[in-house]
Amino acid sequence: MKPSDIKVSRRTVLIGTAATAAIASVRPSLGATGDEVAAARMPLSLSINRRSYDVEVDPRTTLLDLLRENLKLTGTKKGCDHGQCGACTVIVNGRRINSCLSLALMHQGDECTTIEGLGEPDQLHEVQSAFIKHDAFQCGYCTPGQICSSVAVMDEIKRGVPSHVMADVAAQPGFTETEVRERMSGNICRCGAYSNILDAIMDVGGATS
Amino acid sequence: MRFDTPATTNPIDQLRVIGKPHDRIDGPLKTTGNATYAYEQHAAAPNAAYGFILGAGIAKGTIKSIDLDEARRAPGTLEIITYENAGPLGFAPFIPRTAALAGPRVTHYHQAIALVVAETFEQARDAASHIRITYSEEAGRYDLAAQYDTAPIAPDYILGPSEMRINDFDGAFASAPFQLDETYTTPPESHAMMEPQATTAVWEGDQLICWTSTQGIAVALGDLAAVTGIPPENIRVVSPFIGGGFGSKSFNHADISLAAIAARMVGRPVKVAMQRPLVINNTTHRPATIQRIKLGANADGKITAIGHEALFGNVENGWQESAIVPTRHLYAGANRMTLARMATLDLPEGSTMRAPCEAAGMMALEIAMDEMAEKLGMDPVEFRIVNDTQVSPDHPERPFSLRKLNECFRLGADRFGWQDRPSRPRAVQEDGWYIGMGTAAAIRGALAFPSAARVRLASDGIVTVECDMTDIGTGTYTVLAQTAAEMMGVDIDQVAVSLGDSNLPATAGSGGQYGCASSTGAVYAACVKLRELVAETLGFPGGEAIFEGGMVRHGETSLPLAIAAANGELAAEDLMEYGDLFQTFDQQTFGAHFVKVAVNSATAEVRVRSMLMVCAAGRILNPKTARSQVIGGMTMGLGGALMEELVVDKNRGFFVNHDLASYEVPVHADIPHQEVVFLDEVDPYTSPLKAKGVGELGISGVAAAIANAIYNATGVRVRQYPMTLEKYLSELPQI
Repeated sequence: MKPSDIKVSRRTVLIGTAATAAIASVRPSLGATGDEVAAARMPLSLSINRRSYDVEVDPRTTLLDLLRENLKLTGTKKGCDHGQCGACTVIVNGRRINSCLSLALMHQGDECTTIEGLGEPDQLHEVQSAFIKHDAFQCGYCTPGQICSSVAVMDEIKRGVPSHVMADVAAQPGFTETEVRERMSGNICRCGAYSNILDAIMDVGGATS
Repeated sequence: MRFDTPATTNPIDQLRVIGKPHDRIDGPLKTTGNATYAYEQHAAAPNAAYGFILGAGIAKGTIKSIDLDEARRAPGTLEIITYENAGPLGFAPFIPRTAALAGPRVTHYHQAIALVVAETFEQARDAASHIRITYSEEAGRYDLAAQYDTAPIAPDYILGPSEMRINDFDGAFASAPFQLDETYTTPPESHAMMEPQATTAVWEGDQLICWTSTQGIAVALGDLAAVTGIPPENIRVVSPFIGGGFGSKSFNHADISLAAIAARMVGRPVKVAMQRPLVINNTTHRPATIQRIKLGANADGKITAIGHEALFGNVENGWQESAIVPTRHLYAGANRMTLARMATLDLPEGSTMRAPCEAAGMMALEIAMDEMAEKLGMDPVEFRIVNDTQVSPDHPERPFSLRKLNECFRLGADRFGWQDRPSRPRAVQEDGWYIGMGTAAAIRGALAFPSAARVRLASDGIVTVECDMTDIGTGTYTVLAQTAAEMMGVDIDQVAVSLGDSNLPATAGSGGQYGCASSTGAVYAACVKLRELVAETLGFPGGEAIFEGGMVRHGETSLPLAIAAANGELAAEDLMEYGDLFQTFDQQTFGAHFVKVAVNSATAEVRVRSMLMVCAAGRILNPKTARSQVIGGMTMGLGGALMEELVVDKNRGFFVNHDLASYEVPVHADIPHQEVVFLDEVDPYTSPLKAKGVGELGISGVAAAIANAIYNATGVRVRQYPMTLEKYLSELPQI
């Protein structure tokens, strides 16, 4: 589909968006409007891993599904689709987010970094190397999210972003095990590699701080 | 090859590659997002349509009507599969006992009612919201405790007899100078693996290929055939990477059958990932238990009577969470009684979860041991050591193949600083935190099952291992590469491993911590054959060639291994089978847990400060990946101790907290540094590699060690898991 194929009206966008936002309670009557909903795809330009993308997306599509389904960047994982597990963590404009909780269309002009943008098997990012060295993963499904979070956490501490475990939130956070554990707690690893993930992060952070 | 006599010296004993802490060979793929899981097969199925499951809104009853009109008119809808158009569906022979697709009967909450297939995920989800179902709802049995007095003895099952009485338990217990009689409860738990059940189904003519997330390829294939009626020879199942399973993916769920049927109906590939909020009620869980333990002992600490009754529930003919199993193997005591009772429930089906039976049983038994030690005035470590046995206690004629449980306790106590444990509860308080230590034993069966593998040698010297074994995070890719490297005398980077494809030789799959011994045994057998083939090709007399450093040596002659394949690839395949050694000997893995906790004196919040486990589990093939397995079990066990509980709605019959926010599992902030020590041992009775498994040993007993540490810290004994603070906060001293 080309941009010229798009016939977007304000109404169709609203219908499409409403269906996502309140799926359990709002069921817009379809019938005659069905075809209009089907056509409700919207243009989006953003940068992913330093490459520009011009795409058309269903307004209901999350950033996660844009990556995994539309762009086939399946390194970012869908564990819960509800912001509960952290497997879908990516870095947008320098900050980590759960990509499942963010609609793709909210990212016009944004710069997104996914696990694929950090390193490749023959050219690993230092955090990826540390995860391998410390066996900081097992099944591997939470791993891209853990690694993206790790990279962002190190930056957050450097930038002085406060956390729940700081005695003084106005102070500069230290690069400590307590800080890292707290800040990584949005990324669940059911295989239970936490002890090793911490070792990997401390290894990299110790080397760079 | 048949393994029916104890292993003697063989090439594995060189330990050039085996026993070394090699990094995972799949690490570069997994850490870069290049490992593709079941739902991510864009290359194989670029035009896959999306399936979205609609789950039943009642636990028990009948579907009165299904109105699909609006959903069919919704944009993008390709097909909607319900019982009315799916065709007849059968059942897998073992698990699950409940139907993949409801209709007209509904037998559990969130059972699949429909699969909506659409062009996009968003369209499928939207269309599903337009399906109108009406039900005739029936009352069900959802409360295990309500059947405590009435539930019958469990039917005979694969776990052994449901009732065993040895000597005079009742008399010995009644006359014992020291007695314990307490009841413990464990809640239903969820596997909560990170990747939900998922399948991409592709038809090519009458051939079906399913990329699915499964622990066992052969079971997945056979059960899919049984449910759908598709001839097994027309099915290929592929599962190169699996996002965790812990038993939930030992058996098929709705995703694979419905994806296969849907792909045939719409004439194009269909992929289905079970939506997370459905996983807990649609699939399976670890069933709850109520356990009563009676111990009688003499003043010297010797157990004279040991009794363990367990009540669990499930659907009819379902899995039995027989928590009495570990008691039959763990401690001495001449007078014994074990009894399993089973209630029939209309909850979602219970099934195997990491260390089924042992995990739940040890949660109770190892608190009871702690309580009895206190009654006796003995150190809990010493009490366990005194009651060690080198023969299977229910069958004294059956020795353990190897049992170094006491060594685990002694070494662990020394390393952990156990001598500093406060002998009285609530004796140590630091900065507003009560400090306590706890210990518990660990036991888990060590089995191996028939498995086959193929090993190929190419002209460039690369050795390729092929079998349908799965790596669910266990490190299987790596230990199989190590096994082949050791056997063929090459470096590990000269070995490639292909797994998880039903086109490859069949193995027992992953589960029951038997995967490692079974699959490495298969690779060993295939390599023995390949070595013979190589020696024959190079003109060396059989059995005398030495494989080392990429060379094959015989006498004064030494030739590169690759030369053997110069005129064409060499390949060997073999099936490893097992004799009766596992019957002659009781084969188990053992361990000792040590835990230190801090309990906040004001809020009763528990923080686990350190954890140590000492394991006796045969030869450890890769201490790095094996340690990860053990800490993974310890972490899941910590969840079982402190937070994990599926909460039953006893009126509507479902698990209320059915997602990853409300079913709480441990996170980074909950887990301290974890230390694991492996005893240096080999068990020649288990496999040619003298190895066992460790994937489930880590969870056995650890929850009780934490519970015992909480008691040591607070003086409050809680016997209902999980140990959430409302259960003991009111018992703490006023501040």
